[in-house]
Amino acid sequence: MTTALVVLDTAEGLRRSDRELLVLAGGLGGTHVVVPGAPAEALLDELAGHAVGTVHVPAEEPGEGLTVPAVALAEAAARDSGARVVLLGGTPEAKEVAGRLGVRLGAGVITDVVALDADLVATKSVLAGGWTTRCRARSAVLVAALRANSVDLSGHVPAAAGRPRVRAHAVADPAPAARVVGRRALPASDRPPLAEARVVVAGGRGTGGDFGPLEELADVLGGAVGASRAAVDAGWIGHEAQIGQTGRTVSPQLYVSCGISGAIQQRAGMQTARVIVAVNKDEQAPVFEIADLGIVGDLRKVLPQAVEHLRKLRS
Amino acid sequence: MTQPLTVVVLVKHVPDAKEERVLAGDPPVVDRSSGILSELDEYAVEAALQLTEARDNAEDRVLALTMGPAGAAGALKRALQLGAHGGFHVLDDALAGSDAWVTARVLAAAVERIARHAGAPVDLVLTGMASTDGETSLVPGQLAERLGLAQVGLASSLALDDDAASLTATRDTETEVLEVVAELPAVVSVTDRINTPRYPNFKAIMAAKKKPVQTWSAADLGLDAEAVGFAGSLTEVLEAVPRPPRSAGRIVVDEGEGGIRLAEFLVAEKLV
Ligand SMILES: Cc1cc2nc3c(=O)[nH]c(=O)nc-3n(C[C@H](O)[C@H](O)[C@H](O)COP(=O)(O)OP(=O)(O)OC[C@H]3O[C@@H](n4cnc5c(N)ncnc54)[C@H](O)[C@@H]3O)c2cc1C
Ligand SMILES: Nc1ncnc2c1ncn2[C@@H]1O[C@H](COP(=O)(O)O)[C@@H](O)[C@H]1O
Repeated sequence: MTTALVVLDTAEGLRRSDRELLVLAGGLGGTHVVVPGAPAEALLDELAGHAVGTVHVPAEEPGEGLTVPAVALAEAAARDSGARVVLLGGTPEAKEVAGRLGVRLGAGVITDVVALDADLVATKSVLAGGWTTRCRARSAVLVAALRANSVDLSGHVPAAAGRPRVRAHAVADPAPAARVVGRRALPASDRPPLAEARVVVAGGRGTGGDFGPLEELADVLGGAVGASRAAVDAGWIGHEAQIGQTGRTVSPQLYVSCGISGAIQQRAGMQTARVIVAVNKDEQAPVFEIADLGIVGDLRKVLPQAVEHLRKLRS
Repeated sequence: MTQPLTVVVLVKHVPDAKEERVLAGDPPVVDRSSGILSELDEYAVEAALQLTEARDNAEDRVLALTMGPAGAAGALKRALQLGAHGGFHVLDDALAGSDAWVTARVLAAAVERIARHAGAPVDLVLTGMASTDGETSLVPGQLAERLGLAQVGLASSLALDDDAASLTATRDTETEVLEVVAELPAVVSVTDRINTPRYPNFKAIMAAKKKPVQTWSAADLGLDAEAVGFAGSLTEVLEAVPRPPRSAGRIVVDEGEGGIRLAEFLVAEKLV
């Protein structure tokens, strides 16, 4: 039995990536969870289903400090729980918390984890997805940031456990912190969040700015829409959709690359997808080197035809 | 006139991502025998230059800091050509195999040492958003933690207020755009959206040759060999394997039925 602490960044509902952390932690042993504010009732119920024993919460609302309040709370929970492993998500924000927490706990930090075994040996993708390593911490505690879509949730049966107990920690932290003084929400989308989508349809310069055919395919497949930096720089789509070294990292079951050449910086964000399909009119495009299926053709013809055929098969 | 500003920019020497990159040895490490200034650190250098140029105080200093093998002098040289005033190189065979924990520890000691060397406190430490070989994005936060400084991660814009007592930055998350302020001194990592890095011109390349570069060993920073490199790291790599090529990959030329082939493939792979 290894006590694991899962650091969540929501006190409301769980997302798929949160459930992955909980299932991974549950498989290791007893689970503690940190949430950044007063937990919603529905969240406590859901955590009970993951056999979570204790939920650690801040005694007071954390305020507008950047990163540091989350680090301080996670530190208090880690010490209190005696966890051997602290699990966080794979977002840039979560990685920041992971790094600072590692310094405070004297713990080795491993990011981009795609698997973690019972001996706490982590599998991690490196060098833009071109290599896979197995690594471990030499410290008493391991801090691990898990890449979304790494844990299979299909076998999870909700536990019939009671509600977790709630432990509040007073975490006034003396460390200097930046403060958030303004927030602007990006327009919400009906499609699944990019980082945890099971299917991603991504477009590049080759779309010529028309993402319509990609959106249709994404909707038929229940997927999210992503983009290369060239498409983002052209102003065709928001930066939050960018996939790659300086955008999001995705690891979906299916990645459909449309009108993207497949530069190393793009690959860095998608190469761990289980299946890669590429549509590009240039047969020399480097994306074909990593594609399971490559269609040499014009995406404006290929995508609508694929959508039509999928709809026909469905009806 | 306001106080002169001392900005330290972290620059890492990394293998060129356009070439074949390999992990080799026992324990496996990235081969850094040849390399370049990490592309993403050019944005940090440019940000430092733009901040100081906007202030127009001849006393301001942009100082580049690297930790790495002998070849890392190349990353410093590039930073000096771009306009940094001086360079600092932490160079020691004992540093090989350092993880983020050790790297942040060494760089924190170096930043403190730079302050003593320059006889002025360091006001701002700028870094890239990730190194293009390590790709952990851990070092900036760990450095802030060790130095006890405020931190802004992933700034896509950055400005100093008039007396350089505080900074304002933009930070993009998946769902929000945040406006963030921090008192100086601070550590800020910048993204590739913050600016367009300049190219050095001939004059700058010549001028860089005369700029001072200071080299320190781990011992010079008060760190013994056991605290750095493989010995001091809190993580270890047990094994590294290249991703198997997608040998089963199939290429279909669209002759009018490409979309149907695509759909059939998705069905066969149980992806719909
Ligand atoms: C510091 C740095 C960071 C970067 N970070 C990222 C990142 O995070 N993500 C990222 O994606 N890139 C990133 N890049 C950019 C990367 O190097 C490439 O320039 C970029 O990925 C190219 O985008 P693209 O493939 O859409 O465009 P291009 O390279 O121009 O390719 C367009 C492709 O579309 C094909 N095409 C054109 N018309 C059609 C059509 N009608 N049907 C089918 N195919 C068509 C063409 O054959 C071509 O292969 C970064 C670069 C730098 C320097
Ligand atoms: N060895 C190093 N020398 C100088 N700067 C570094 C070094 N390692 C990391 N950095 C800085 O920290 C940033 C993030 O790196 P990383 O945490 O390795 O992804 C880089 O963009 C650099 O600015």
